[in-house]
Amino acid sequence: MSAAPKLEAPPAGDLVLETRGLTKDFRGFVAVSGVDLKVRRGTIHALIGPNGAGKTTVFNLLTKFIQPTAGTILFRGRDITRARPADVAREGMVRSFQVSAVFPNLTVLENVRVALQRPLGTSFHFWKSDQTLRALHGRAVELLEAVDLAGHRDEVAVELPYGRKRALELATTLALDPEVLLLDEPTQGMGHEDVGRVVELIRRVAAQRTVLMVEHNLSVVADLCHTITVLQRGAVLAEGSYADVSTNPRVLEAYIGVPE
Amino acid sequence: MSGPPGLQEARAAYRAGIITPGRKRAFFIAMALSGLALPLAVYPVFLMNVLCMALFASAFNLLLGYTGLLSFGHAAFLGSAGYVTGHVLKEWGWPPELGLLAGTAVATLLGLLIGGLAIRRSGIYFAMITLGFAQMLYFLAVQLPFTGGEDGLQGIPRGTLFGLIPLDRTLPLYYLVYAIFLLGFFVIYRTIHSPFGHVLRSIRENEPRALSLGYDVDRYKLVAFVISAGLSGLAGATKALVLQFATLTDAHWHKSGEVVLMTLLGGMGTVMGPSVGALVVVTMDNYLSGVGDWVTVIIGSVFVVGVLAFRRGLVGEALHFARNFPI
Repeated sequence: MSAAPKLEAPPAGDLVLETRGLTKDFRGFVAVSGVDLKVRRGTIHALIGPNGAGKTTVFNLLTKFIQPTAGTILFRGRDITRARPADVAREGMVRSFQVSAVFPNLTVLENVRVALQRPLGTSFHFWKSDQTLRALHGRAVELLEAVDLAGHRDEVAVELPYGRKRALELATTLALDPEVLLLDEPTQGMGHEDVGRVVELIRRVAAQRTVLMVEHNLSVVADLCHTITVLQRGAVLAEGSYADVSTNPRVLEAYIGVPE
Repeated sequence: MSGPPGLQEARAAYRAGIITPGRKRAFFIAMALSGLALPLAVYPVFLMNVLCMALFASAFNLLLGYTGLLSFGHAAFLGSAGYVTGHVLKEWGWPPELGLLAGTAVATLLGLLIGGLAIRRSGIYFAMITLGFAQMLYFLAVQLPFTGGEDGLQGIPRGTLFGLIPLDRTLPLYYLVYAIFLLGFFVIYRTIHSPFGHVLRSIRENEPRALSLGYDVDRYKLVAFVISAGLSGLAGATKALVLQFATLTDAHWHKSGEVVLMTLLGGMGTVMGPSVGALVVVTMDNYLSGVGDWVTVIIGSVFVVGVLAFRRGLVGEALHFARNFPI
């Protein structure tokens, strides 16, 4: 296949995120079944698989947007299986969404600022002026610069073109400075140049954190991710480096559909 | 998922420089001053009624326009506060300031209770749960002995404010009601333009995203709901003091519908919209009372035309006009 991986060996960090026997049963339809996922600290880890393989469901389970039927989720060694979604985010595991998730009628700057606002500890202060939020503008602009959006700071997010919305979403997620970043198809629906930019951006932000991403685009995964987990019908089909999984006959069969 | 059209227009007006901090200040000062002079020209009881409903609608708009929650049971807060205030003034002989506080406090607690259960659901389910509670409360109001059933509580004494100002004269009463309105309006304005208000907007715009940023959206919604309920209660308590009666009308679901109408007509998600809507609806109610039952038909038609033709509400349309034809 394309471009030989120019990755170093994955850092031999400890596990930052782990699932054991993670299962989700939607009234008889088993979307995720017995998934054991091990994400090492400091790596970029991809979750790939054909449509309906359960990738997004795994994401929703990890971030507690839905509750697992069985299995446990450990984040930094702590059991978060019963935690609430906002708690998971506050502990440092923040997700993005498959369809772009901006706040459409807020300005670009306000989008990022909402994410920066929580650490001020005034988010329940309905008696304070919002002028107190101006202190966050410097940091917000820095984050926007990192994704080339500083020039659009006063535009309303809904008016941005699609690629820029994704960039804004990424800047908003990074505003929380998460230890683990979960990206749900970050390049989906993007043009070729945009894909390149986003890949560069992910590589850059992954320097200080762990990234787990769902991706459809195999060429993106090839030279970006240290570890790849292939899901099929809710279960793990294969796991390893790109070189390993891309030559695995079972993976090829799942993707290309070699007749048995 | 897009915001209310009135609010979009208000934001556009900001960006276009139609609304500037200076103009806003000038507008609020002019509004405050004209409120002081108005009772000399217009029938004060009518004005007080408008102010109470304007506060009620503004409190409702905090939920609908700024949090994205459609409550269909806000009459519960307006009505119950009226009964409580009426009861403590009439039967227990409390002074008016404590009577108003008691009504507001009960509505706030009720908001905590109803809100705590309702915010677990969203959209139409949220609306139906609030309606369900309001209906329960309505039937309690019909059945309980202290509410006076169909007759309501009549002849509520206004008493003497702080033991100093007798409220049986119209002008002092008007200025008290006006001060209450300004206070309530300021609380709402401040809440909208606070760090908390910005979180509320993000919840309205995209709830899962707000959740994924670590905000416990249910708690924020609950706080907004309680503030809204409390201020609706303040409006109901004040109304009972002004009109000297508390009746089933204010607890009836018609009132819950009317407040939606006022807010949409004036422009939801705009600061002034609900007050303008309240002015229009109360005026129609008042001056069309001669035509009898037809008044509901007329108000209904105005509402249909308003929502079809002026989606941004009166205030939103005015801003839109000002943006396209700058002065």
